[in-house]
Amino acid sequence: MIATLPLTRRFRWTYAAYVLVFFVYLAAPLLVVGVFAFNDSRFPALPWQGFTLDWFIANTPERTGLIHDRGIIRSVGVSALVAGCVTFLAVTLATLNAFLFERCQFPGKNLLFILMLLPLVIPGVILGISILIFASRIANYFDFNHDILLDMLRPGLLLVVLGQFAFLSTIATLVISARLRTFDVQLEEAARNLGASPLTAVLTVTLPFLAPAMIGAGLICFLMSFENFNTTLMLVGSDATLTITLFSRLREGATPVLNAVSLLLMLGSMLLALLAVRVQKRA
Amino acid sequence: MRSSTAPASGLRLGVFLLMLPLLLWLLLLILLPHVDMVLVSLRERIGFAEHRFSWMHYELFFTESLYWRTFLRTALISIFTTVLTLVIAFPVAWYIAKLVRGRRRTLLFLACLVPFWVSELVRTYGWMILLRESGVISGLLQWSGLAAEPVEMLYNDVAIMVGLVYASILFMLVPLVTTLDSLDDSLVEAAYDLGGNHLSVARHIVIPHAMPGIVSGSIVVFMLSVGNYLTPVLLGGKDSMWFTEQIFTQFITRFNWEQGAAFGVLLLVLSSLIVWSGLKLTRQSFAETMR
Repeated sequence: MIATLPLTRRFRWTYAAYVLVFFVYLAAPLLVVGVFAFNDSRFPALPWQGFTLDWFIANTPERTGLIHDRGIIRSVGVSALVAGCVTFLAVTLATLNAFLFERCQFPGKNLLFILMLLPLVIPGVILGISILIFASRIANYFDFNHDILLDMLRPGLLLVVLGQFAFLSTIATLVISARLRTFDVQLEEAARNLGASPLTAVLTVTLPFLAPAMIGAGLICFLMSFENFNTTLMLVGSDATLTITLFSRLREGATPVLNAVSLLLMLGSMLLALLAVRVQKRA
Repeated sequence: MRSSTAPASGLRLGVFLLMLPLLLWLLLLILLPHVDMVLVSLRERIGFAEHRFSWMHYELFFTESLYWRTFLRTALISIFTTVLTLVIAFPVAWYIAKLVRGRRRTLLFLACLVPFWVSELVRTYGWMILLRESGVISGLLQWSGLAAEPVEMLYNDVAIMVGLVYASILFMLVPLVTTLDSLDDSLVEAAYDLGGNHLSVARHIVIPHAMPGIVSGSIVVFMLSVGNYLTPVLLGGKDSMWFTEQIFTQFITRFNWEQGAAFGVLLLVLSSLIVWSGLKLTRQSFAETMR
């Protein structure tokens, strides 16, 4: 069954049809979410009542478009703040990790590498509850023994940032290490021979080489943080991120505003993803 | 010339400083929290901030049929989902790896990646719009005359599986395409020349070669399904009986952290066991598979 083998026409067509059905399956849910954002009806369902932009821009007693929806706008801000912090932390740690694993020799290196990979096989919900438990223990300890209130270790944005940082660092480390592995060390040595200090050599030669991977990893982290649900759910306090807000709205009953938000979210993530691929390809 | 001029002790200190952030991250965010989760699961609350050692939360899991049934159900549906994902993805992976070339191939592969970049919440919401009673598929069925009344397709196990397969199919496709791509076409040709038919070539040539991809794909799909929360809750409705939902209930609704922690440990053990046995089965190392 490869391209060079003669196949019956019918087989070829059946096969192509199967692949087509598969791609329809992939596209269908995304398409309906997008299309129903423009339906002039109070419910995201058939029948089609005509085209409208109300769910984006309206501000009437019956319809509140997403740009006037305080709750959603606020949670977008929260998500962006969280994603920004997580991205910064994860990319910083990942860059250090890349140098550690690609450049240094030390006993126990393999073990440390495997431990670093662990978050990939821990379900998000469990990562969330374990951090919740541990943070509460520390907070309780200071509360009971020293009368110090550490409210930031109770469910809230700091814990959300830490929870996402815990697993996104691993992904960022893998991306940046892969790029550092392809770096020609002689370039750095040449810089040293020309009189650069080790630090200057790394800053002016190696880091610019790593930049595409760092940006790419950063975009991936931002995106995955923005969209994260499982870990966030267990750690979130009163400031809801966008996915948490959408989830609770969805349980109350869907309106086309959710479609409008989802459509923008989809477009945004595809743009970021495309950017991430671009940046890394060009390098 | 790969020499370092720094003295040995200075190098040691440098390595240690470089390692410090990683060690802190590992200790404070991964290792200690999980150790603490195990500790909390093994204690019984006997008063305000007073605890003693107890196996009771694990005993309760085995004696309360709702709990172990939910656990078993989660595991079984996840296994079924994994097999289903493999069966659906394999022909598509073969098509991408072997039957199309050049630009079309890149395009098809990218098209597979798109859903992955979209938030899981949005994808699940899409399935709700498609499957519910007032949804698109029900509407199409009525319009075409195949159904006389609205059909409810949400809130059952099939809906959960449709969503789970959708959520994780990419993680099956990518390793499959990669391993199938490395299979030399001439091997397949030779097998056919020697009189093999579709079935025997698949059994003796294709599947053994694709095994590493099949295993790593299956591991990831199983893990993602077992640990999924959104899909079963939104597509399965009130009776979805998913284990992560049980963990959430214990933690957030009942505020019974000890019981929730015990459930967390059990789920972690299940998913680690699957990963471990999958790797043993194919004699692959964890570090290599993940790279």
